[in-house]
Amino acid sequence: MSKIEEKKLMRGAEAIGEAAIRSGCSCYFGYPITPQNEITEYMARRMLQTGRVFIQSESELAAINMVLGAAATGARAMTSSSSPGMSLKQEGISFIAAMELPSVIVNVMRGGPGLGNIAPAQSDYFQATRGGGHGDYRTIVLAPATVQELYNLTRKAFDLADEYRTPVMILADGMLGQMMEPVVFNDKAIEPGDLPEKPWALRGAEGRPSRFIRSLILDPNLEEEHNWRLYRKYQRIERREVQFEEFNMQGAEMAVVAYGTAARIAKAAVKRCIEKNMRVGLIRPISLWPFPAKAILESTNYIKHLLCFEMSMGQMIEDVKLSAEGKTEVSLYGRPGGVVPTPVELFRVISRAYNKLARETK
Amino acid sequence: MKNAVTHYCPGCGHSVIHRLTAEVIQELGIAGKTIGVPPAGCAVLAYFYFDVDMTEAPHGRGCAVATGIKRALPESIVFTYQGDGDLAAIGTAEVIHAANRGENITVIFVNNAVYGMTGGQMAPTTLLGMKTTTSPAGRDAGREGNPIRVCELLSSLDGAVYLERTAVNSVRSIRRTKKAIREAFQTQIDGKGFSLVEILSPCPTNWKLSSAASWKWIDEVMSKQYPIGIIKDIREGAAKDAE
Repeated sequence: MSKIEEKKLMRGAEAIGEAAIRSGCSCYFGYPITPQNEITEYMARRMLQTGRVFIQSESELAAINMVLGAAATGARAMTSSSSPGMSLKQEGISFIAAMELPSVIVNVMRGGPGLGNIAPAQSDYFQATRGGGHGDYRTIVLAPATVQELYNLTRKAFDLADEYRTPVMILADGMLGQMMEPVVFNDKAIEPGDLPEKPWALRGAEGRPSRFIRSLILDPNLEEEHNWRLYRKYQRIERREVQFEEFNMQGAEMAVVAYGTAARIAKAAVKRCIEKNMRVGLIRPISLWPFPAKAILESTNYIKHLLCFEMSMGQMIEDVKLSAEGKTEVSLYGRPGGVVPTPVELFRVISRAYNKLARETK
Repeated sequence: MKNAVTHYCPGCGHSVIHRLTAEVIQELGIAGKTIGVPPAGCAVLAYFYFDVDMTEAPHGRGCAVATGIKRALPESIVFTYQGDGDLAAIGTAEVIHAANRGENITVIFVNNAVYGMTGGQMAPTTLLGMKTTTSPAGRDAGREGNPIRVCELLSSLDGAVYLERTAVNSVRSIRRTKKAIREAFQTQIDGKGFSLVEILSPCPTNWKLSSAASWKWIDEVMSKQYPIGIIKDIREGAAKDAE
């Protein structure tokens, strides 16, 4: 089972599922919603084949709470959904964060608000990066841009979840979930039985004092202490787990900031800029929380204009502006969910801003 | 049980039901592999009293959390302890589908016809005519709907194999409740499927009755709406629909 270096043409949704299997995920719980049904269906097949747990739950609420229960026993557990379903999961995610249970949650975003439509969108950025549910917490949010990254980051998500005992979210969209690309399995598959025992897990109190896991802390001082502890954990994550990619930033005067599907479009647009001898680069946040604030700030030493391109109407731009600390111009090219813009459209937007910049600096 | 003083009001049924449940777990020799799921509600702090592994669940999600635990760790014995608001209002979908899947778990369902922790609001099990802080004129079927009979509701599901309703308002009924809890856990130990014991339990504080009057009220009023007995038992060798 643990063949290293294996290459396969895969759909994005399947890459997520296979990454979970190879990470030793022993429990998957999900509820049907488009455009992520391929993950649930893939897991239905593979979990059965590998003798692991698969349940199609009665709701997204139930699915996330089944994850909570399975995670409390120390099992690697996962659920996936899409935007409207993610709203329902927020209750459980808040509890999982407060109870410090590891879990992996996949959001294959679609257009919103409301039922919206099933086309790709990035409008759950706020929900994902600000915690999403009630209370003072964060979830680690990873935003893949290729099928290979869907695989690698899903594997990484299980490790991060266990390391920090916190929910980790994969934020993708319908386009990434559906597209097919080659994936290299360049890592060792883990069986659920290979995973180390978790010293806090509930597995019955035989031979040791009984344990409980909770989020209710009635003593005000203890509640504050618990929240301080969570906060310090989040600070540790902010210091250690930032991921981003820079493309053509050497000598650039202007940069596009984009993640996920938008970053693929942006990369194609930037390549066109290179052909036209325009000094334009790309900063691609891979971890959306923690956000690559330092990279953005450092870029302001030489970048005169940061163009934030997102398939939502000004969500990530808040983080870009906070990171840039007013040291350079930041503008938005937002497209609401529904239609995926083309690289040519984005190139035109970049060109306008770039030409304006050129005139101003002359 | 842990050596702790409970926070329950005088005359409340929870402490009796806690003790019965803990005694059964001990007597069956399963304490070392039992994992409990307390509710949101008066029994939210049950992990301070039960000396077994326990995890909190969001309000109403006990049966989903228990499903996750049991499926991840099939050799464990898993029970939820839920009130009528937790199980029969916000957690209705979770209990119905856990029962329908035949999840091999045990539910201790405490029915006191009222939201206790939040201060005596109307529950799905509040009786007609009963005054609560949110049904000040008394529950009216046309306005607030009818009280839900959980055992009967679940009894149509093939995955629910053992359903019994008892009370804790007399020595005799307390003994009978203990037997019912034992049967329910035994059902799980034998791997037969979903079991639930609904226990009519006094809440003198919110009923605004004395403890003695509360006990009497269960006999004279509450058990007329919620008949005592085995509602369903389809375990192999069991008599069909006793009573």
